[in-house]
Amino acid sequence: MLNIIKIAARNLRRYLRRTILTSSLITLGVVAVLLFISVTGSFKSMMVGQITDSMIGHLQIHRKGYMASIDNLPLNRNLNQQQVAKVKEVLSGVDAVESYSMRIKLGAMFSNFTETTNIRLNTVIPEQEIKTVPLLSDRIVEGQKKDILLQKGEILIPELIAKGMKVKVGDSVVLVANNKDGSVNGKTFLVSGVLEGISGPGGRDGVIHLDDAKELLRIDGVEISEIAVRLKNIGDLPRVFSSLKGEFASFTNKKGNPVFEVHTWKDLSPFYNIAQMIDLMTLFIKIMLVAIVLVSIMNVMIMAVYERINEIGTISAIGTLPGKIMALFVTEGFLLGVLGTVVGTVISLISIAVINAVGLTFNFGRQSNLVLAPTIGAGDVITIVLIVIGIAVAASLQPAYKAARMDPTTALRHV
Amino acid sequence: MSLVTADNLEKTYRIGDISVKAIRGVNFTIEPASFVSFVGPSGSGKSTLLNMIGCLDPPTSGSLQVAGQDIAGMDRKQAAHFRGKHIGFVFQDFNLIPVLTVFENVEYPLLMVQNWPSKERKKRVNNLLDAVGMGDQGDKYPSQISGGQKQRVAVARALVTNAKMVLADEPTANLDGETANRIINLMKKMRDEFDTTFIFSTHDPKVMQSAEIMFTLEDGKLLQRQNDNGGINA
Repeated sequence: MLNIIKIAARNLRRYLRRTILTSSLITLGVVAVLLFISVTGSFKSMMVGQITDSMIGHLQIHRKGYMASIDNLPLNRNLNQQQVAKVKEVLSGVDAVESYSMRIKLGAMFSNFTETTNIRLNTVIPEQEIKTVPLLSDRIVEGQKKDILLQKGEILIPELIAKGMKVKVGDSVVLVANNKDGSVNGKTFLVSGVLEGISGPGGRDGVIHLDDAKELLRIDGVEISEIAVRLKNIGDLPRVFSSLKGEFASFTNKKGNPVFEVHTWKDLSPFYNIAQMIDLMTLFIKIMLVAIVLVSIMNVMIMAVYERINEIGTISAIGTLPGKIMALFVTEGFLLGVLGTVVGTVISLISIAVINAVGLTFNFGRQSNLVLAPTIGAGDVITIVLIVIGIAVAASLQPAYKAARMDPTTALRHV
Repeated sequence: MSLVTADNLEKTYRIGDISVKAIRGVNFTIEPASFVSFVGPSGSGKSTLLNMIGCLDPPTSGSLQVAGQDIAGMDRKQAAHFRGKHIGFVFQDFNLIPVLTVFENVEYPLLMVQNWPSKERKKRVNNLLDAVGMGDQGDKYPSQISGGQKQRVAVARALVTNAKMVLADEPTANLDGETANRIINLMKKMRDEFDTTFIFSTHDPKVMQSAEIMFTLEDGKLLQRQNDNGGINA
């Protein structure tokens, strides 16, 4: 085998310019794909991190039917005390769960005493919320960032309302809300911070303490709209989701209908569609890479066979078996693939390191100066390397087979 | 026992709808360690006959025994194996592999066809290169040596596997007269040294004279067999 590699390598060196051009094309393709995967992967994981760690959590549990009318923020579809206890019991038995946060979601009237507008509110237990969505406090663009997020009687207001109604940190505002029975109640809050808005559901909600919400809505006992769950490792999400979905499906009401519904962040955030488009584009780029490698290697190998017909006749006459002739040409294609891939991978890894060192920034929606930190996993690199080398070998098969099947007398007559 | 026995050998090529009879009912025998030439004008069937003896082209009909084996029924792989074991080739255009050095060209059949161990392989290649007078040129590439030297290397490559016979199709056609003589003399010397049968085709009268047995072909038929002692079988 070493001798076949030696002869194949020398034949590549013999047509050096063509070898360099073809392997450069492969290199270019590999660099494009690896950089695209690393940059979009970084963008994707950053955005997923933003969405899950500052707003949604990894998955959420609601009472069945809540999601269908989530735009209305219905208060009559909250989980009751017994149901909340059941959810707590289930979650406490799942090792992969890092934390969870109980929330009441509601709509209210927001007044600064001179103007009134409507506001969506996320009411939380700060200690739970900060564990479940740890980046929430990073979204506080005005006001002091506190470990406890906010205290009773305080409100974090969305940036749009703060600007639109000229409300500043330290101002007093009034929230007026209807409870599920239709009674109206109001309560004064102190603005403790302004929250940066982000894309997706809940991205422009204000935040108050759960106890304040209970007071505002005159709730006795326990009522919870949603339970956001954070996992220790987001990679466990499919497994945990599947397990929780099955477990919660077993809880039914007297009519036999399920009581709970479980959703991952993918069901809750429109960004998932963008993430899917990124994956689709990655696939498309990979297909283009395959096409580049296939066409360039096949072209080179067809030329190599055509130019060496007489040589093929000679080695065939000498007694070289068809399998070895085929191996000689397949090895040439393999080496071209390896050369292009190795150089491409090295250039890609260096480029990724340079991009990280330079610290490129970009804007996404209302978020600006997000630092691009491309990374690429060994799995992705290995996959691309194997695809390229595999395609290089596959592209060499037809010309190599043609060489191996060549009639020696015809080949020897070829000028 | 004869090395080559042809009995009513025929070869017909089909070119489209036309059949061309290249060899028409030829009978001959060739003994081991002989120095044989096939002569005749272009298109007489010399190369076709050599290709059949060399297992490169199967006969259309008749029998052809080479080294005790009927080669008519061999498939591509068996034929390649047989050639690698029993037959060496010398070509008009030398046909050395350009990416291999002189040493590696001679080594090629031992390495890629017969899988000889490294030590014996190197010894054998050096012996052959010395025998053809190319012992000091082993590191050169074919592009760095002359036509005569290339053909010497080709002779060494043909002999390196201890082949029973070497087939040479117009081995001197691309060489000047003096170099052609040297190559023929070298082949004779190799025959004497290794007892290898040399069968070559030529239409060069000077080269014809050096053959011990000369078969004359015309229009695919064997016209006569002439020995170097002047004996003629028509």
